[in-house]
Amino acid sequence: MTLQSTAEVRASERVGAFQHVTLAAPGVVETFRPGNFVSIGLDDGVHLARRSFWVHRVRSSSSFGATIDIVVRPGGAGSTWLAGLPVGASVDLIGPLGRPFAQPKEPVPCLLVGEGYAAASLFPLAERLVERGCPVSLLLAADTADEVIDGLDVRRSAEAVTVVTGDGSMGAQGSVAQALPGALQRSGASVVYAAGPSSTLHAVAGVSELHGAWSQVALEVNQPCGTGLCHGCIVPAVGEDAIAHRVRACAEGPVFRGDRIQWGLL
Amino acid sequence: MRLFVAAGCGGTGRELAPYADLAGVGGFVTRTLTLDPRRGSRLRIAESPSGLVRAHLLQNPGVDRFLTTEMPWLAQQGVPTWASVTGATTDEIAAVVRRVATAPGLSGIELNLAVDDPGALRLHDGSTPKGAAAAVRAVLDVLPESLALHVKLGSDVRRLPVVARAVAEVGADALVVGGALPAALPNGTAAELSGPAVLPTALRAVRTVCHELPEFPVIGVGGVRSAADVRAFGSAGARGVQVGSALLHDPSVLARITAELEEQSR
Repeated sequence: MTLQSTAEVRASERVGAFQHVTLAAPGVVETFRPGNFVSIGLDDGVHLARRSFWVHRVRSSSSFGATIDIVVRPGGAGSTWLAGLPVGASVDLIGPLGRPFAQPKEPVPCLLVGEGYAAASLFPLAERLVERGCPVSLLLAADTADEVIDGLDVRRSAEAVTVVTGDGSMGAQGSVAQALPGALQRSGASVVYAAGPSSTLHAVAGVSELHGAWSQVALEVNQPCGTGLCHGCIVPAVGEDAIAHRVRACAEGPVFRGDRIQWGLL
Repeated sequence: MRLFVAAGCGGTGRELAPYADLAGVGGFVTRTLTLDPRRGSRLRIAESPSGLVRAHLLQNPGVDRFLTTEMPWLAQQGVPTWASVTGATTDEIAAVVRRVATAPGLSGIELNLAVDDPGALRLHDGSTPKGAAAAVRAVLDVLPESLALHVKLGSDVRRLPVVARAVAEVGADALVVGGALPAALPNGTAAELSGPAVLPTALRAVRTVCHELPEFPVIGVGGVRSAADVRAFGSAGARGVQVGSALLHDPSVLARITAELEEQSR
């Protein structure tokens, strides 16, 4: 059940290039599934479009009560405003939203591929997969070391963690496309989960298919409302009926099967 | 004052249901339907101060798919549904109306003549008195007695009085006046500006039409986000208002406006 609430900022911390914002969100915590996102509205009367954020961590009881952590990359008006909010401030929060990652019924090996701040969405998934007995490997990528998202608990429970950065400042120098075949081979994954820029997701979908693995990709396109009302986040995708449709990233996604997206039209 | 959900801002209805009492609204207007599906492109919305700029490609699944995938739910929920329609020719508009009019649970038709550049979108030009009257006549010829016809006209105040009069004389039941203004996306793509930024222009348009046709029912649309805005349209002569862009920013806005109106009428 999606809820709209006034959520208080309980903590806000700069970690590398990103701001990790902790929000009191008991309603979201109860029904959250990995891959869901939350939507935040600005109340300045100037910015009408809502902003969507990946959830990095969900805690049903922390020292702040039931909270979610979102990872914000300050850039535009919305993310800069949110990253600068002091503890105690409130935001208009809607969540959990969107279609979550589909999880395997059997405990099969999984590879999770995340680039930049979008990798945040993979950490709750990794926890859930580990709980279900799936061997989980991680491939984390970013341009620079300070854009690599960390999740210590997950790293401890993962079979293997590979880090690549564009400038080589952390892990190996390279990109997801370069590191993926090796990581797939080593993990023996039958399912690949990915979050990041669409060019990366496209590469993941292609390589996964070559290796005979399913891919689930968390697409990030601008979502003006986040709730499915405006049809402004259109994704060209092939449906179960084998017909090409224009679907909404926020409502029919953000998670899609990689082989369903018409990448050439995106 | 009747409150409507404006065309293109309520999703398929399902997405709005968690935030609004849809069975209790004055009317839910669908996104504009055409005979065949129309596909949107990806970058369709940008922000401007207190406004949204949308590329109006009239993206929709086509009337037949709407009738199989969206209308049954709206009827089942008892949502007073108004099908917004347009077409390339008057015959095509009539064909859409003929199809959609068979749907159980439909309250009426909103003929969309407020399209900014009908030529570019390969649509019938309803911006002239003659073109508007022809479209209204075509709809009335195939419309069952039980269904009402609202006709939506844009804010071009120089032409409005004559076009409004032509539409009223042919036999429409009400006019929907105001709405988005011609604009451009940052990349130059033709688009429409909506949201609070256009409210004063919509008020002017409503006033113009109500002055021309004092007895004729007019529904105002454009930038409504509060009870005060609703009353402003009432003062201009409108008997109802539509809420559009405000829903994208806050999907609960209808409930808030309704509560504000009730509070003030006590």
